[in-house]
Amino acid sequence: MNPIRKQRLYALVAILIGSLLATWLVISALSENMNLFYSPTEIKVAQLNENTLIRAGGMVKTGSIIKDTNSLNVVFTVTDYQNDLKINYEGILPDLFAENAGVVVRGNLNTDGSFKAIEVLAKHDENYMPPEVAKLMQEDS
Amino acid sequence: MIKKWLIEMGSPPLFYKWSTKTLPWLFISAILILGIGLSWGLLFAPTDYKQGDVYRILYIHVPSAILGQSIFMFMAFCGFINVIWRAKISGMMLKSAAPIGVSFTLLALVTGSIWGKPTWGTWWVWDARLTSTLILFFIYAALIGLHSTIEDKTKADRAVSILSIVGLAIIPVIKKSVDWWQTLHQPSTFTITSSPSMSPDMYQPLLLCLVGFYLFFALLLTLNLRNEILERERTRNWVKQLLGVSS
Repeated sequence: MNPIRKQRLYALVAILIGSLLATWLVISALSENMNLFYSPTEIKVAQLNENTLIRAGGMVKTGSIIKDTNSLNVVFTVTDYQNDLKINYEGILPDLFAENAGVVVRGNLNTDGSFKAIEVLAKHDENYMPPEVAKLMQEDS
Repeated sequence: MIKKWLIEMGSPPLFYKWSTKTLPWLFISAILILGIGLSWGLLFAPTDYKQGDVYRILYIHVPSAILGQSIFMFMAFCGFINVIWRAKISGMMLKSAAPIGVSFTLLALVTGSIWGKPTWGTWWVWDARLTSTLILFFIYAALIGLHSTIEDKTKADRAVSILSIVGLAIIPVIKKSVDWWQTLHQPSTFTITSSPSMSPDMYQPLLLCLVGFYLFFALLLTLNLRNEILERERTRNWVKQLLGVSS
């Protein structure tokens, strides 16, 4: 490689390193603000103000979903397997909403420590399989 | 031998003539594999236990998202060659690849949004994966915009080359966003360290779709590049001869 090309190569590598470094600085400055939601444990630790609009997320606890028969009101518990958060919601739930599935809710805390959600989003996991396989796996476990 | 071939392909007229011969084969293989992959995935692959048929959009969403990022890396690679060796064709390639890359990225964003509404319950959410992909889309737009504002094509190529190398830093962020932060977007189904968490009769058509998308990209790139070559070399004798214009 001739000297001029070598020089250009060094310049490009410097540009790339600079750009990576800048990106890394931005990312580390944003740090946890890059997270979409808080886990129940983080909410408990943070001592949040009741009127702050936040997103909370975790898994829907098995057997915790109570649907009102006369309205769209629903109460369920979100857990990160360390702490729980009780969620109140009135509205239509997404198709993937189920026990033991991930959810992200947006809303604010009530005075009693429960959470008043204005939006419930279902989180999909990375698993894909046909219904027959899912049935077999359930029988195995 | 490979070196000789590479140098030959670096010459616009030789590439043009070579691509005239290979284009029909590329066309047939791209259409064939994409056709088989998509119809296999969309019509014959089993339904998902949780999502039902709506998951099938991944046969378009996943390849277009991968292509959106691969094409960017390809462009940065071209930019690298262009800056260091000043090979004319690498600049043309860079310019020809940009509109294809931005289209695939947009397709990934749109199909993801269409999938998100029934499964997540929202069209859009500002999580790390979605936001970083949107940034990639804007970088593509900036590359295309920058190229068109500089009159001198050689200088435009050089500027876009450098910007594409600067932009390269977004690629690892997109890739790792689902692992570094809590996102609504699910983590990768396919990883190097573990077996895919998708059943084989679902990922086999996906792999075929991916190959088909790459071939389709190669086809579009060749077509774009041929146009670019003709436009930039229009005053040269070989183009005049080719088009039957008397000089």
